[in-house]
Amino acid sequence: MLKIKDLKVSINGKEIITGINLEVKAGEVHAIMGPNGSGKSTLALALAGRENVDITHGSMTYMGKNLIEMSPEERARDGIFLGFQYPVEIPGVSMVNFMKTAVNELRKFRNLEPLSAGDFLKFMREKKEIVEIDSQLTNRSVNEGFSGGEKKKNEIFQMALIEPRLAILDETDSGLDIDALKIVANGVNKLKSAENATIVITHYQRLLDYIIPDYVHVLYDGRIVKSSTKELAFELEEKGYDWIRSGMKNGESLNG
Amino acid sequence: MQKIADINKTLVRHFRENKKQIDSFSPGFLQKLREDAMDNFMVLGLPNRKNEPYKYTAIEQIFQPDYSMHFSPSRVDFNVEDIFTCDVPNLKTRLEIILNGFYFSQDEPLTEFDNGMMIGSLAEAIRKYPELVKKHYAKYANYKNSGLTALNTAFAQDGLFVYLPENTRMEQPIQVVHLPMTGLDTLLHYRNLFIAEENAQGEIIVCDHTLSPFRFLTNSVTEIVAGPNSRFYYSRVQNEHLNSNLITNLYIHQEAYSSVTSNTITLHGGMIRNNTHVKLNAEGCENHTMGLFFADREQHVDNFVSIDHSKPNCMSKQLFKGILDDKSTGAFNGHILVRPDAQKTNAYQTNNNILLSNEAKMNTKPQLEIYADDVKCSHGATTGQLDEDALFYMQSRGIPRAEARLLMLYAFANEVIDYIQIAPLKTRINSLVDKRLRGELSRCNNCSMNCGEIQKPE
Repeated sequence: MLKIKDLKVSINGKEIITGINLEVKAGEVHAIMGPNGSGKSTLALALAGRENVDITHGSMTYMGKNLIEMSPEERARDGIFLGFQYPVEIPGVSMVNFMKTAVNELRKFRNLEPLSAGDFLKFMREKKEIVEIDSQLTNRSVNEGFSGGEKKKNEIFQMALIEPRLAILDETDSGLDIDALKIVANGVNKLKSAENATIVITHYQRLLDYIIPDYVHVLYDGRIVKSSTKELAFELEEKGYDWIRSGMKNGESLNG
Repeated sequence: MQKIADINKTLVRHFRENKKQIDSFSPGFLQKLREDAMDNFMVLGLPNRKNEPYKYTAIEQIFQPDYSMHFSPSRVDFNVEDIFTCDVPNLKTRLEIILNGFYFSQDEPLTEFDNGMMIGSLAEAIRKYPELVKKHYAKYANYKNSGLTALNTAFAQDGLFVYLPENTRMEQPIQVVHLPMTGLDTLLHYRNLFIAEENAQGEIIVCDHTLSPFRFLTNSVTEIVAGPNSRFYYSRVQNEHLNSNLITNLYIHQEAYSSVTSNTITLHGGMIRNNTHVKLNAEGCENHTMGLFFADREQHVDNFVSIDHSKPNCMSKQLFKGILDDKSTGAFNGHILVRPDAQKTNAYQTNNNILLSNEAKMNTKPQLEIYADDVKCSHGATTGQLDEDALFYMQSRGIPRAEARLLMLYAFANEVIDYIQIAPLKTRINSLVDKRLRGELSRCNNCSMNCGEIQKPE
């Protein structure tokens, strides 16, 4: 589904990602872990197509298409979804209007009739249950005045409405209490299928108790320094990122 | 370019040469008032850039062409229905037309209702009820400190007159359409007087349009008197072509526990300057002064608001929003005066602007003068570009960038539109704003309220 080859990315002339290779197949869940500043969010933004993120080298191929040439909305229409680390507040634009516009844009792309207001509300009610989101929230402006937890739930709610093929969840667990974390993880698991794939970006192993990854990658200084199965996450939790750092210093190969 | 002193002289000469015609049918008090106003104009003249309130608007520029002036009603033979079919759905309005500054009579010049309500020609009202008009006319529009108001007071002959006696309520809103329609570049002065007595309630929508492709300059004065406990809603929609310049002077005078909301929606035009003066003359008044403007190309829109809190326990709220594109410029000046007596005043002011290009420019200035010590006053102004993070967020959900931009601009504008009280009008304004944002309203010789084509007068 997704192939990243020797990717290098800069923001404002500073190289953040120094060379990443990654392949994600349908039905897989990949976890990307790493300390602060290792380039996790930059990778997510590069995949979603943020303008100020410069791809200086390498390639990103998604469903056989060159992602780099696609605008953010084209990527979204093709099934890429980014769950934001910091969901943006958009005053004055109601959640209902925002999601109705988004869903109907996607339907247009798939040659489907746009949903009427009534049908959309019905569709929304069904999806609300997945993330147990408060009904009142959908009547408000996008993310405006939402608590941290509500914002994150709202990301998963949008994901449920959009039904993406490749979901990239950037620190969706940060700032969540254990109940909210369960709800979010549960939502992700419910949406999982053999046709879609998920990349979970996280700082802590905690989320991975609920979303079981097929692969865990450790990102450090802009590149993946270790890839393994889910046990790697437990090892990281136990030993901390210093274990990676010291390993790097000693020049050991971590890919054992 | 003509110097401002020469323009002033030309205007005075026009007045002297046509005084007799301007005064025909006017009672003595009005003739004297015009003289007095002209004397004041000769002292004040047109405001220039050295006048602080006109720092950002070059009034002399729009007075440049040699305009013709009309001192008698235009004789144009047409059906109102042909010229203007308003399609605000579900909105039944009484349609009134002011053609080239004169009330355009459809049947009678002044309609008098059984309950004492009157709607019609101001000139006719002055002739028929001089005492009633004299009590209010030029009492709020101060021509002693404004050259433009003095000029209007000297030249204005007609406009719309609305009288709501005690305890009356207008059954349907009045829609007034100001139409400049001549075969020459023309300078127009019209004058409106709206009186709401105690407990009365009324809604008026004023539309400024142009229907012929000549240069127009309108310098209008509107006086609104809101008696004790009255409610008055005033909306105006300004939609003219680029060669059309507009100066509006709105004076609102409020008595105890009255509530007035004014909404100025500027969709299109050349140079537009809106002056709004509010006097809260007794306790318990509530005033909302709202505005929304769109400017692109080389348009210039300047809103000047002055709220005078004279008495305690009054509330005023100003909210002005602007969207500027291309090389357009805008200005906002919001003055709040809280007099020593006006304790427990609540006065708020907000001005938010979005610049869509690097060349667009906005000047905004809050001006708070507070002489009482137990008041709540606030002001805030922002000018910036659309939030890139929000645009990207929407794009990442599959919404095209252009559509995301529209959604945000629309949301931005909506805060002002929300204050429009008449629901069908709100719907209509919403769709006009939508059209404007999509660039489908860039030309408005055809009026955007969906009026039909009109032939030019002979």
